[in-house]
Amino acid sequence: MEPDEIETSRLSRRLLLGAGTAAGLVGIVSRSASAQALRPGAHLDAIRKIEAGRSAQSGRVRIRMAEIIENGASVPVTVVGEGPADGPDRIKALHVVADDNPNPEVFSVEFGPDAPRAEIATRIRLSKTMNVIAFAETADGKLFRTAVEARVTVGGCGA
Amino acid sequence: MTARVRLPASIKRGEIVEVRTLVTHVMETGHRTGDDGKTVPRRILNSFVARFQGKDVVRMALAPAIAANPYIAFHFRATASGPLEMEWTDDDGSTVRHVENVTVS
Repeated sequence: MEPDEIETSRLSRRLLLGAGTAAGLVGIVSRSASAQALRPGAHLDAIRKIEAGRSAQSGRVRIRMAEIIENGASVPVTVVGEGPADGPDRIKALHVVADDNPNPEVFSVEFGPDAPRAEIATRIRLSKTMNVIAFAETADGKLFRTAVEARVTVGGCGA
Repeated sequence: MTARVRLPASIKRGEIVEVRTLVTHVMETGHRTGDDGKTVPRRILNSFVARFQGKDVVRMALAPAIAANPYIAFHFRATASGPLEMEWTDDDGSTVRHVENVTVS
């Protein structure tokens, strides 16, 4: 833990206790205070923007990455959208969110109508252990979602 | 900033081909503190586009969570011989362009 994070969580405790809030809440608050997200709930905004009022189903999108990550500064990830390569049911876009990064958005990619595979491999930054969430969007607007927990031993400098 | 792009040595007409790309770029997140104690301003490649036969194959928006020296691999269908054009755009508006002349057999 960085010194400033310890300071922040102590502050939260003091504020809470001062306000006479139930001690049971302290654990929750200090956990969110030590999180590196610049803005609490930033990942929820990123997800809402992708969902655009739709509810995502499971299936048709896969994330390939190591379960245990030694170096969060460069994490190989492959995201695959499954299904037909053309027609209204083809996967036309993939979106990836890392839910505890300072900027939770990772990438969004659109595939042209002639793209034979909805698949992207890249390397990403993960500041600590968190969930990596991928969405696949069909040409006719259906949304699919999957998530994996990436356990990071050494975080990448804040993305 | 220079791009390195790798394609298979030989490509058959109509084949699905994997393209692997790597660009030299710091991908500064905007959250890091420099030696002078000030926050180093964000500077990343924020987009990548690949075109073949006049059409976009992939159009990608990149965030600071993409690691330094961005690696991107994608697929296209080699329907004919011709240029595969790739372009990365920096936050400062500059671009890195790379063209691979695809020859199908």
